[in-house]
Amino acid sequence: MDHQPPPFFKRGPAPLARLSFYAALSLALIFIDSRFQTLELLRQGVSLFTHPMQQAAHVPVEFLQGGGSYFSSITRLQDENARLKRAQLDGAETLLRSRQLEVENERLRKLLDLKGRQKANGRVAEILYAARDPFSRRVIVNKGQQDKIIAGQPVVDDAGVIGQVTRVFPFVSEITLITDKDQAVPVQIVRNGLRSVVFGLGDGQLELRFMPSNADVQNGDLLVTSGLDGIFLSGLPVAKVVHIERDTSYSFARIYCVPVAGVENFGEVMVLDPPDTTPLPAQLTTEAASGAAAKSGAKPGAKKKRLKRE
Amino acid sequence: MQPTYSSSRILQPVRPWFVPFSLLVALILNYLPTSAWPWMPDWVALVIIFWSIREPRRAGMGFGFLLGLAMDVADASLMGQHALAYVLASYAAFSLSRRVLWFPLGLQALHVLPLLLIVQLVQFGVRAMPGVDLPGLTYFIGPFVGALLWWPLTFMLLLPQYQPLDRDANRPI
Repeated sequence: MDHQPPPFFKRGPAPLARLSFYAALSLALIFIDSRFQTLELLRQGVSLFTHPMQQAAHVPVEFLQGGGSYFSSITRLQDENARLKRAQLDGAETLLRSRQLEVENERLRKLLDLKGRQKANGRVAEILYAARDPFSRRVIVNKGQQDKIIAGQPVVDDAGVIGQVTRVFPFVSEITLITDKDQAVPVQIVRNGLRSVVFGLGDGQLELRFMPSNADVQNGDLLVTSGLDGIFLSGLPVAKVVHIERDTSYSFARIYCVPVAGVENFGEVMVLDPPDTTPLPAQLTTEAASGAAAKSGAKPGAKKKRLKRE
Repeated sequence: MQPTYSSSRILQPVRPWFVPFSLLVALILNYLPTSAWPWMPDWVALVIIFWSIREPRRAGMGFGFLLGLAMDVADASLMGQHALAYVLASYAAFSLSRRVLWFPLGLQALHVLPLLLIVQLVQFGVRAMPGVDLPGLTYFIGPFVGALLWWPLTFMLLLPQYQPLDRDANRPI
C-alpha cells in the first residue's frame, strides 16, 4: 500500500469528477429541452441576464446603420418616395374595391348565416436579429410578454405569412420562420381550394407533402392559409409553387414552393392576434378528449396542446 | 524536457477579475449580430480554452457551463448544447495545459484547432440526434479562423501581465 502525499494546494474535486458532473447536467438539460419543453422558466430567467448584454452588443451595430442612413443621399429618398407614391396609386384601385367587396362579402355571409370572417388585429414588431443558431431559421422581435405576446401567434409581413411565435421572453420573442425544418402551415390552393399542409425544408424552400401524384397543382399556384388549424387566419398568402416532380415510383408528388413574404428580410412585421376559437359541440369535445387520452404519445397532438396551454 | 525555442518572459500573476472580465467581453462579441458571417469564430470557446490552458485553476468547466447556458438562451438553440461543448473543450484544454505552453505559438494554435473543432462537432452531434440537415461546411470554418487568432489573443489577454508592478529603470528583466 503506498500512501499518496497530501496535496499541496486545494484544488477542489478532481477534474474528471467535475467533467462528469457538468457533462451530465448539460446532457440532462438537452434531453429535457428536446423532449418535454419544460425549461421555459429557466430560459426566461437566464434571458433577464443575457438580454441587456445582447442589447449592449447591438448598440454599435445600430449606430453604424443609423450613421449610414443619415448620409444616404436626398435623391435616393426622393426616388423611393416617388416609387412608393406610384405603388400606392397602383394599389389604390384594388384596395378601394376590396373594401367594398369585404362589406359585400360580410352581407352575403350574413344572408347565408355563416360566421363572419375575422378581422386581423395585431401588433407591429421589429425584427432585432436572426438567431445565431445555424441549424434553425428563427428571428427575434422586440415585443415580448410585456406586450402580451403569447406563443403560437402567427406573424406576417406586408406580403404574407413569415412564421409563428414559438418562445416568449419578457422583452423579446422568438419567431420560427415558415422555412424552418418541419415547421408546418395548413394551406389551400387559391385556384381550386385544395387543402394541404406546407412544410419548411430548412434551406429556404417549402414543400407540399402528401399530395397524390395526380393532384391538381400547377407551377405558379398561390397557397394561402386555410385557417383550419385555428391559429392562422384564413386567406393569408404563404407560398408559391415553383417546381413539381411527379414520379410514378412514389405515391406522392414532390411539390416545392418558395415563400411569398420576405422571410429572410429584416424590418417590421405584424404579430397577429390568434383568432377566437369556436368551441366544439359537447359530443365532439368528449370524443376528442378520449381520443387524445388514447394516443397522448402522438406528437402533433402534444404540440398543439402545448401551444394552447401557453 | 525539451528546451523551448524561445525563453518566455516571467509574467505577473493574472489579476483575479481579469479572467471573468475577458470571458464577459467574449460573450458580448458572440452576441454581435454576425449570423451572416459563418466564418466568425466562437469567441467564448476561444477564451475559455485560453484560460483553461493558462490558468486552469481560475477558469474552467464551471465558467464554460454558465456561459454555455447564456449562449443557448441567446442563440435560441437547444438548452445545454453550448454548455456541453464548452465543458468538454475546457476539460480537453485543461488536460493539455501542462504541455501546450512548452510549444511556440504556432504549434500551440495547432493544439487549439482540434479543441475548437470539438466545440462545433459536439453541437452538431447534439442537433443531429433529433434530425437536422448539415448546416454546410462553412460551419466548420470558424474553428480555423479561431486557431489563427491564437497569436493576437495570447498577446492581448496577457498584456496586463506584462506591465511591471513598480517602474524601476534598473530592473534586470
